[in-house]
Amino acid sequence: MAKTYAEINEKIRKGKAVVVTAEEIIDIVDQKGAKKAAEEVDVVTTGTFGPMCSSGAFLNIGHTKPRLKIQKAWLNEVMACCGLAAVDMYIGCTESPVEDPLNKVFPGNFSYGGGHVIHDLVAGKDIRLQAEAYGTDCYPRKKLDSWLNIKDLNEAFLFNPRNAYQNYNVAVNASNDRTIYTYLGVLRPNFGNANYCSAGQLSPLLNDPLFKTIGIGTRIFLGGGTGYVVWQGTQHNPEVPRSENGCVRMPGGTISVLGDLKQMKPEWLMGASFIGYGCTLIVGLGIPIPILNEEIVRYTAIRDEEIYAPIMDYSIAYPQREPKTLGEVNYKELKTGKITINGKTVPTGPLSSYPKARKVALALKERIQKGKFLLGEPVQLLPSVGSGYTFKGFVERPVNKVEQ
Amino acid sequence: MISRRLVLHFPLAIIDKPIICQMVKDYGITFNILKANIIPNKEGLLILEVSGKEKDVESALEYLNRLNVQIDPLAQDIKRNDEKCTHCGVCTVFCPTEALAIDRATMEVDYDAGKCIACEACVKVCPTQAIEVYF
Repeated sequence: MAKTYAEINEKIRKGKAVVVTAEEIIDIVDQKGAKKAAEEVDVVTTGTFGPMCSSGAFLNIGHTKPRLKIQKAWLNEVMACCGLAAVDMYIGCTESPVEDPLNKVFPGNFSYGGGHVIHDLVAGKDIRLQAEAYGTDCYPRKKLDSWLNIKDLNEAFLFNPRNAYQNYNVAVNASNDRTIYTYLGVLRPNFGNANYCSAGQLSPLLNDPLFKTIGIGTRIFLGGGTGYVVWQGTQHNPEVPRSENGCVRMPGGTISVLGDLKQMKPEWLMGASFIGYGCTLIVGLGIPIPILNEEIVRYTAIRDEEIYAPIMDYSIAYPQREPKTLGEVNYKELKTGKITINGKTVPTGPLSSYPKARKVALALKERIQKGKFLLGEPVQLLPSVGSGYTFKGFVERPVNKVEQ
Repeated sequence: MISRRLVLHFPLAIIDKPIICQMVKDYGITFNILKANIIPNKEGLLILEVSGKEKDVESALEYLNRLNVQIDPLAQDIKRNDEKCTHCGVCTVFCPTEALAIDRATMEVDYDAGKCIACEACVKVCPTQAIEVYF
């Protein structure tokens, strides 16, 4: 028997909704079967906690006296994007401070950046704001150097154009002489290690592989506060190879998310540094999946051993955009700590925290059980299989034909 | 037999003296150098694993103490900041002694300071800079 969002929300309001995590539903479906599980369970909560580089926050600092139309601004020396109205700005998590040595002495440490600014803001720390402008009749001021605190901002909202990737590459280094430094961590030569980054069976979009419930307006756990799915994420790609169970075998869907930064907590939104690569933001994100019918509960019962990720060489294939992969491996194998590639045993390094992903799913479960979190019914679902929506590479049309 | 991992700071006045050599001769203990850093005109730093009979190790440490060598247990000088550690686990592939290892049942990262050899491989790869070094 199918359920509606309204029916489930009514149960949540009354404190009667049956809510389980994406780990817990596995045994329930196993023991009771999908039909019974779909009748008994109302919501399955998912979670992930990993570095998500396409993240940042919009801030409105309020008007200075006299007024200033900010042209350039720096938060703790990290440049914010200011091509907006007078005192609006966007701080991106991968931006480095102006004086950062970057990779001049390779590999650079990238110990502080935009992600750390966001983390410090959320932690309630004062941030140094420096700003410059050219001055106009209506906005005469040209300089500002002041402390700034999140509590004094008008609006502060996280707006991440691409989060919660549905599956991801397992990164290795096939070269035989050089350690490489990537956004998936340090990779030793000769397949010295294999790094991966997904919560697997707990990961939000892997529990709704065909986007039957996730869409614009879905209410989510974001950075410890409440957020929303506002669009498909950048590079959203539903048309990738899939298993029979609908699960993507490559990086597939993504989501754009938004949420009030003032509600968020520093333990769920952390600045991060990747040696030789750059800085980023680790985001805690969880999506509740409404169990509308039997088909949906079956998707949420997916296990690590049913989710396959491609093994990709980051020494040549990835940077040169060659589509070649070195085989596939499932998350159960990855979580044992070693996998086999071309007959060689390779240790695996996770970048997404499974224990924290579990805590996100449990925190979301508790909020729903207490009636504090209602499901958002999407006004439009995300593009899925058959929509024709794809992710294209850049087609270069050089302006000046220079000899290569 | 006991074994201890220690961080030794040698004051400027004695960095040119064969102190460890003397210690080995007089107290019959064995040692393994994990890290050594001598800054001329400043100080010497030695991270050492010393092994021997408990009484001999105690006596050897008293000898170092008399020479004003500052002795800290290694576990006190390399710490994991539990507020920063997210238990992602990426450090575990770089730790040569499994001082950092994933408990596969919970997927949490356990840190056994007793196994740490102060190579600092984890320090650079930790995305949240959770491993703090104080020597």
